[in-house]
Amino acid sequence: MRILLSLIAGSLFGGGLFISGMTDATKVQGWLDVFGNWDPTLAFVMGGAVIPMFFAWRLTHGRKPLVGGDFPTLPRPELDHRLITGSVLFGMGWGLAGLCPGPALASLTYNGWGGLIFLAAMSAGMLASAPIGVQLDRMAAKA
Amino acid sequence: METDWIWGLVGGGIIGLGGAVYLLGNGRIMGASGIFGGLIDGSGWNTLWERLAFLVGVIVTPLILWPIYNVEIDTHMTTNVGVIIAAGLLVGVGTRIANGCTSGHGVCGISRLSLRGIVATVFYILAGGLTLAIFRHVLGLI
Repeated sequence: MRILLSLIAGSLFGGGLFISGMTDATKVQGWLDVFGNWDPTLAFVMGGAVIPMFFAWRLTHGRKPLVGGDFPTLPRPELDHRLITGSVLFGMGWGLAGLCPGPALASLTYNGWGGLIFLAAMSAGMLASAPIGVQLDRMAAKA
Repeated sequence: METDWIWGLVGGGIIGLGGAVYLLGNGRIMGASGIFGGLIDGSGWNTLWERLAFLVGVIVTPLILWPIYNVEIDTHMTTNVGVIIAAGLLVGVGTRIANGCTSGHGVCGISRLSLRGIVATVFYILAGGLTLAIFRHVLGLI
């Protein structure tokens, strides 16, 4: 059941990314390119995605997940240096290539060698993130 | 195209439905970097099959939709290998340190009015816009 629901969720996610045009770097970079040919599509995608999720969050109140267990414990609403630094680094990469992790996976079969190289580099970055995070913690403690 | 925003809204709604299924069904937050990253660094191997099933759905569905929907399939990604590698590394490091990307912090965070999700989204959009402005309009590299 868990696996079937994951497959359904993943299929909706991948299909949605494809239909919305979010695997097209021109659209993503177009959204970020306020000094060039600005493209508002990404805002519609984000808005469209937030609506079902808003209701889903409301439905979690007083309920349990379908497969049992509990809903995830949510982090305290605190801002830390990891959230900010990580988001800035992610944003820089996102701007450079016009790909974030979801679309990088969804476009894997039609993004050629570049897509595979991006995924390999992203995986390497994910592996490197643990030691880099520790280093950032040290720098933040000193600052 | 003038119909792009409609496809964006429809596709976005489908993405949100996926997140709703994952949350209400499995009790998990649908974040691409978390689901994939947990497989890469081994932290998510206890939910291995769940994660793999999600990824199969993400990767295979566009192939099924491709012939049905007459949408452009070119990703228009840069062919500059140096830029691709640098971008991939930054996305990988950044999303894991921030513990989320456009789906986890963006879609799932904003929809519950999470402070962390909203702040993360503001910072990655600002950083992305600034980086693009520098590399495209100042340096002319991308």
